[in-house]
Amino acid sequence: MAKIKIKISNLYKVFGDNPKAAMEHVRNGATKQSLLDDHRHVLGLRDINIDIPEKKIKVVMGLSGSGKSTLIRHINRLIEPTEGQVIVDGEDVLAMSQEELREFRRHKSSMVFQKFALLPHRTVAQNAAYGLTIQGIAEGEAAERAQRWIDRVGLGGFENHFPAQLSGGMQQRVGLARALATDAEILLMDEAFSALDPLIRTDMQDILLDLQEELHKTIVFITHDLDEALRIGDQIAILRDGESIQQGDPQDIILRPADDYISDFIKDINRGRVIEVRSVMAKAARASGPKLPMDTALEDALQTLASVGKDTGTVVDHDGKTIGKIDINAAITAMARPDRGTSQPRYK
Amino acid sequence: MDFFAEFPEMGRQDLRDFKKGIDASFREFSRTYGEAIETFFEPLLWFLVWLEKLLTNAPWPIVIIVICALAWLGSRSWKLVAGTAAAFLVIGYLGMWEDTMATLAIISVATMLCIVLGIPLGILMARSNRVQSAITPVLDIMQTIPSFVYLIPVVMLLGIGKVPGLIAVCIYAIPPIVRLTNLGIRLVDKEVLEAADAFGADYRQRLFGVQIPLALPNIFAGVNQTIMMSLAMVVIASMIGVKGLGLPVLRAISNQYLALGLLNGLAIVTLAIIFDRVSQEYGRRLQAHRQGADHG
Ligand SMILES: Nc1ncnc2c1ncn2[C@@H]1O[C@H](COP(=O)(O)OP(=O)(O)OP(=O)(O)O)[C@@H](O)[C@H]1O
Ligand SMILES: [Mg+2]
Repeated sequence: MAKIKIKISNLYKVFGDNPKAAMEHVRNGATKQSLLDDHRHVLGLRDINIDIPEKKIKVVMGLSGSGKSTLIRHINRLIEPTEGQVIVDGEDVLAMSQEELREFRRHKSSMVFQKFALLPHRTVAQNAAYGLTIQGIAEGEAAERAQRWIDRVGLGGFENHFPAQLSGGMQQRVGLARALATDAEILLMDEAFSALDPLIRTDMQDILLDLQEELHKTIVFITHDLDEALRIGDQIAILRDGESIQQGDPQDIILRPADDYISDFIKDINRGRVIEVRSVMAKAARASGPKLPMDTALEDALQTLASVGKDTGTVVDHDGKTIGKIDINAAITAMARPDRGTSQPRYK
Repeated sequence: MDFFAEFPEMGRQDLRDFKKGIDASFREFSRTYGEAIETFFEPLLWFLVWLEKLLTNAPWPIVIIVICALAWLGSRSWKLVAGTAAAFLVIGYLGMWEDTMATLAIISVATMLCIVLGIPLGILMARSNRVQSAITPVLDIMQTIPSFVYLIPVVMLLGIGKVPGLIAVCIYAIPPIVRLTNLGIRLVDKEVLEAADAFGADYRQRLFGVQIPLALPNIFAGVNQTIMMSLAMVVIASMIGVKGLGLPVLRAISNQYLALGLLNGLAIVTLAIIFDRVSQEYGRRLQAHRQGADHG
């Protein structure tokens, strides 16, 4: 198990004039709707417990208004919780003084925003260097250090442009360069790619995955798009009305959705392309048939099996060691969309 | 019946005493503090006199060249520079050079004073809703109260002269810059501010790195209005001893000199137009990055 970088426990957030008083009602079981109707307070988050592993991408997913932005803003304390704990590297973020919090934001975490939030009066180069200048690093050195990231996100040659002169995709590259330039270990991305066209969005996902392979940051990535979540998430947490309703390996969530809300969420995905053989294999030390790396998609596995005319395949791990066997029927069953009737909560 | 036919006024004697009381206490106040206040404004007077002397004593071609250079720096428009030069040549030719310089001096000092006081005040207002709701009514009063009314206490306090004139101009001209600084800062994009916070900006870095630069177009509109309004006060200020283009206008009114009034009035308008165009052009250039204009 990877080390836990960020630990969020029993986190509650109530928006309104008197959140402490409203918390009583929440503890007594008020729902988001009843809290709004009867007490004029908005339940932003309710009893959130999330562990974010070091050097992994944790995706937080949910529909609009489910509390994703509220949650991610608790990690760098842009929002103060009504109750709960946020621990980063064993340090209580909520106990930090203003000074400590600024240091934390300057060096430990950085953020990418849905609407880019670049400084319109500063050039690409100055924007990318923004976090460094905030740290008090001289303009010249900051520019030099930021340049590397401008090049890395493919914006070389645009250093002296202003944000308004760039397309959305390019502006978000600036946003990404700005966040990377401070070398913070934690990267918070609030729907960072949601405002972009589908093609550009895929591009940006590629850039991010590419960077992550090399940088191993702890990334919290917010999205409302399941395809995006599956594409980049090492782990996924799903929010609804401010509550976390399922967390885990993406494979797990698809194969064992916790409730109808999630079943609904995942019903349209291409299961053959998303589910990997490791998730449907039977554990075995020895097996026959063609070798299939454990993260082969079912679709590809079936093709391989069909092309050699075998009913079973051998699942191997990254070192080529056999870890299980996969049966062609099991693969086909897993690919079929589960009926609403049979998708009763199977765990939790 | 009487009650409805006639307004239940305060007794005539009481009213007189009431007014007298106010006058007496203010007179008392100005006797006690008048001198201290005058000393306080001494540096301002000194600066104003210095600038006026500088402008009137310097050779006129140099003054025109400097003004044209400023117009160029502000607007980057040759047309405007040419217009400015022509306007000043005509003004000088028609014998209004000295008065124009005096007016220029007081306008410049008044504008500087308004900026120095107004922008920090606007920043304070933007920072807290309490301060805003305390200052807004004061600004409303300053803008609506007839200028003659506040001329009275100013003159009682400081007598007739340049400084009371300057203060009268500032009272009238400072509200727009305060208001627009406040507004501009409050309108700054919340997301950009949040980004500044997320990267750990402190109060100063937020203010000088994000809020003021992004509010600059609005602040600048405020400066522009402040200049216009202080020009509008020139005639009234001349009633309490400010030299400049207002004085001949005043003389023209009391003696029915049509041409004199028109010429000096037009000179004021000309100054206003030049200030306005140059500062608007400058304001537009400040926001060039917003339109994605080409900066190469
Ligand atoms: N400052 C606030 N005051 C009152 N209610 C708020 C505030 N901020 C958020 N909320 C409410 O909290 C809930 C969660 O909002 P949040 O912005 O976190 O949702 P989200 O999942 O990020 O949605 P989206 O996908 O639209 O960005 C919503 O019901 C929202 O109306
Ligand atoms: Mg959001």
